[in-house]
Amino acid sequence: MKWFISHDTIKSPFLKALENDSGEIMSHCYQCGKCSAGCPIAFQMDYLPNQIIRMVQLGLEKQVLSSRTIWLCASCLACTVRCPRKIDIAEIMDYLRRRAYRKGIAPQGEIGIPLFNKIFLKNIELFGRLFEMGLIGMFNLLSGEFFKDMSLAPKMFLKQKIGIFPNRVKNIKEVREIFNKSGKFGRTRRGKLLYPKLIFLNLLRKLIEKIEKPR
Amino acid sequence: MRIGVFVCHCGTNISATVDVEKVAQELSRLPKVKFSATYKYMCSDPGQNLVRQSIKDHKLDRIVIASCSPRLHEKTFKKCVEDAGINPYLVEMANIREHCSWVHQNKVEATQKALEITRLSVAKVSRDKPLQKTYVPIEKKVLVIGGGISGIQSAIDISFARYPVTIVEKESTIGGRMARFDKTFPTLDCAACILTPKMVTVSQNEYVTIHTCSEVEEVSGHIGNFKVKIRKKARSVDLHKCTGCGVCWNKCPVKVPSEFDMEMGNRKAIYVPFPQAVPNVPVIDREHCLWFAQKKCGLCKKICPFGAIDYDMQDEVIEEKFGAIIVATGFTQFDHSVYGEYGYGKFKDVITGLHFERMANSSGPTGGKIVRLSDGKEAQDVVFIQCVGSRDEQKGVSYCSRLCCMYTAKHALLLKEHNKESQAYIFYIDIRAAGKNYEEFVKKVQTDYGAVYLRGRVARIFEKGGKLIVRGADTLSGGQVEIKADLVVLATGLIAQTDAVKLAQMLHIPYDQNNLFTEAHPKLAPVETITSGIFLTGACQSPKDIPDTVATASAASVKALGLMVQDKLEREPLVAKVNPDECSGCRACIQACPFSAIEENEIEDRKIKRKRVVAKVLEGVCTGCGNCTAVCRMSAIDLEGFTNIQIMEEIEAL
Amino acid sequence: MKYAYYPGCSLHSTAKEYDMSTREVANALGIELLEIPDWICCGATPAHITMHLLSLALPVKNLLKARSMNSYEVATCCAACFNRLKIANEFMEKNIEHRGKVNKIVGQEYKGEVKVRHFLDILVNVFGLKNLSERVVDKLSGLKAACYYGCLLTRPPEITQLDDLEEPHLMDDLMKTIGVEPVYWPYKTECCGASFSLTRTDIVLKLSADILQMAYDEGAQVIVVACPLCQSNLDLRQAAINRKYKKDFQIPILYFTQLVGLSLGIDAKKLGLNKHIVNPMKLLDKIAK
Repeated sequence: MKWFISHDTIKSPFLKALENDSGEIMSHCYQCGKCSAGCPIAFQMDYLPNQIIRMVQLGLEKQVLSSRTIWLCASCLACTVRCPRKIDIAEIMDYLRRRAYRKGIAPQGEIGIPLFNKIFLKNIELFGRLFEMGLIGMFNLLSGEFFKDMSLAPKMFLKQKIGIFPNRVKNIKEVREIFNKSGKFGRTRRGKLLYPKLIFLNLLRKLIEKIEKPR
Repeated sequence: MRIGVFVCHCGTNISATVDVEKVAQELSRLPKVKFSATYKYMCSDPGQNLVRQSIKDHKLDRIVIASCSPRLHEKTFKKCVEDAGINPYLVEMANIREHCSWVHQNKVEATQKALEITRLSVAKVSRDKPLQKTYVPIEKKVLVIGGGISGIQSAIDISFARYPVTIVEKESTIGGRMARFDKTFPTLDCAACILTPKMVTVSQNEYVTIHTCSEVEEVSGHIGNFKVKIRKKARSVDLHKCTGCGVCWNKCPVKVPSEFDMEMGNRKAIYVPFPQAVPNVPVIDREHCLWFAQKKCGLCKKICPFGAIDYDMQDEVIEEKFGAIIVATGFTQFDHSVYGEYGYGKFKDVITGLHFERMANSSGPTGGKIVRLSDGKEAQDVVFIQCVGSRDEQKGVSYCSRLCCMYTAKHALLLKEHNKESQAYIFYIDIRAAGKNYEEFVKKVQTDYGAVYLRGRVARIFEKGGKLIVRGADTLSGGQVEIKADLVVLATGLIAQTDAVKLAQMLHIPYDQNNLFTEAHPKLAPVETITSGIFLTGACQSPKDIPDTVATASAASVKALGLMVQDKLEREPLVAKVNPDECSGCRACIQACPFSAIEENEIEDRKIKRKRVVAKVLEGVCTGCGNCTAVCRMSAIDLEGFTNIQIMEEIEAL
Repeated sequence: MKYAYYPGCSLHSTAKEYDMSTREVANALGIELLEIPDWICCGATPAHITMHLLSLALPVKNLLKARSMNSYEVATCCAACFNRLKIANEFMEKNIEHRGKVNKIVGQEYKGEVKVRHFLDILVNVFGLKNLSERVVDKLSGLKAACYYGCLLTRPPEITQLDDLEEPHLMDDLMKTIGVEPVYWPYKTECCGASFSLTRTDIVLKLSADILQMAYDEGAQVIVVACPLCQSNLDLRQAAINRKYKKDFQIPILYFTQLVGLSLGIDAKKLGLNKHIVNPMKLLDKIAK
């Protein structure tokens, strides 16, 4: 890894926007690593949380936004409550995820998570309350794992834990309005289902894997 | 009145922004100004000569110097005019540099402002009164509060100069924190072996008086003449009769956890904290002693061969006068029970640095073995965590405690020496090894003693299966680290003593947000305080290691001796003065004074033929802050050199 | 004691037993829970990851609905909903810039007037453990439970103000009152994998396996939870965990309201105890004897 650091990277608008919008002062972090030490998901991340903050301090926007780490953060807040410099790391991860959505940057090989969030929100927009079958069905379809968790389905149906039909809210118009206005005020790209090209490529890859396996 | 005005160019510092010639010209037109001149560097020798010559030639009697801040050259010019025969308090400095040329850019406006500033000074100087310096006598005795290594060193230095010194120590023995250490870094000297000779020197010296089990109760007065009330708490053992034979504490039936051994071992109700205590006389802990609690036992009194036990001893309050005070009260350890992630202080095997010192010490509670406190087994895998409480704005203090990196390295070394099979893991953020031979010491610990340094903090410690699971990170290799440890030693930081604020308020010395006493100037006066005559040494001012502590102790002694060798002390006469005829006795000034420098005074008022109370300023203590002058409703109190009339004159000149 | 009740999406589907048992317990103790009419999803994790304003607007809409019911205290069971509602309140109270924008989105003025309480808090602090112990008919002695709080109940502490950060004890105290022995275990607030249940099931399996193993090692027979997502991660996925890590965990994961309901003498079916994947009935019958 080689970072080319200059006045442009350190004084980048990315760093300034992050400090302004999230309210966290990046130079406070002295890289003690307590956040990474307590993070439950760190074992699967490509960069540790403290490394992400380090890269943000150096203004390396592209590397940070295309990392898998920011999507693997579970927002459990263990890091935030333990940071000795009172930095809200989970909030910074949130900010980075929102920025990645806005810029359309997807992580390598971790497309499932941003996809899932979009499907979830679309679900809420359509019904007002979560329609689980719709969520699972759509997600499985678009991520290529068509028969995932199928073995659990009969048990769930029998115990009446999952409904086949959605539970629609009466005043669904209000919900749609909230979504529209939030998108407008937050200047977020909405509407299109995320990264159709990537989804298609992902599905193709999964299909090829399935075909290759028996051989 | 013949006023002379001298305007300085200060190179180009002033003349680049202010038209100094114009200022001098304009001012010479004022009625009382008989002479004005400019010069490139007024503070230089030729500049001062110009002033002196002009005084002689033009018979000037009051001077205004328009130049830099009085904090820099007021003394220079005061001496200069004194040489020329004018009272030094008839000089005023008009600051047209820091207040004008250095903060403005527009030449026209800056010159106008400089004119106004100087005109004000002319108005002020016209109302100046010639004042005389006052002198206070100096009591040739020094008080040292605190009997740790810093207090002991100060006492040694002062007694070497043959001046009497008194040490007041809260505990029953001198020695402080250093007496608890096992070895000191980087030389690995045994702490007690290098401390006890100093303790003995100080106790046997004829110039030193030691009061142990004592606390300072009240301080009044001023530099050269401090009146101090010392409360000598009842020891219940007669210092003159006791020989330290030890029969009493051997037979005492009560066992109490020993504070000296960090409650890992026991002491008796009548006890000496450690064998080399000075004075080697026990003290009775009245809270736990059976006689004081239940009127039972009384064994020690019966078996003492010298009849030294006295249950009826009471606290004694003595009052003494001192010329200077040295504060050497030291530090205490940060309490790590605020950290929930480290167990809220409930895990037995999570200990602090001082616990480890006592364990490693061969005369300590575990006989020199490094053991787990939960089951007594020898510890093999020991995790050391640095920066606990320090550099932590969320739960601790924001500063670095300076010592922890070094003492942790020392602990890792001692661990390996005491237990060959052990392994030390040290979690750090930085290694601060700035002293002499410190860096080499850390290197030695890593190479010769096999300590593994991991860069990262520890997020969580919990108990499982009889071991402590430590979850930390190594940011250098970029991974989480999990270690199963037998013992975890937290390098807790140094913080101010719990009664530091009380002492500071008693002495009228300032303290900061961390309750550490504030020095007069962080760079140029680290052992003095703003309150003249009171000096600071050791960790009560900021965390420091033993070499720095001894250095500041000697520095403070020199400052104190500087006072001792003088017969009387010169004091600035710029203090408040009360006009008893105008004073109504409302006492508003007494409440307003932050230095407790005003007291009530009964006078005989002839007009109403009765005694009444008015205010009186203690000139030695007064610092001339002006609070009293501001609150006085009768305008009865005034500040010399800044009188109400002078201020009014300045305002009218605007 | 009257509260506006906000169940949240999962309590009407995958965590139905949580809803059932909460209502039964509230009924038995005289706590009135009026479900907020036409409530909408609070957005949970996906909302605050994608759009900040949306993550505030959705909870605020629900709080406004509660306000229009003339109720100024909302009770909720789901830990995620509780967390999001409280955070929304905090922003609306303290952050004027966000308040203005969100008010425009929801079309009404809201300043954080409606207070939010978790049902655990209501039981322990408002109703009181002393009152509860007087109503207990059947002490569940002999049952050893590990109380699992999850991450969202106690964090961030300034906002949730529910319990101690690293060593919470509300549920443990509650369990003691009904006769259950809470075991001391260090994973009270360790994350279970949360919303990665569908997207990264492997992470959930690993983290939940660690939790189950720790509870088992400390001698717990059941794990008591207060969050539907934790319950589903530990219960639903237990079979998969057993398969992947070659274990044989048979640890039922119960909601605290179910155990409280049992101790109050309510029928097991009414509390939804037959709706768990890992069947608790065998264990509970053994304890009853």
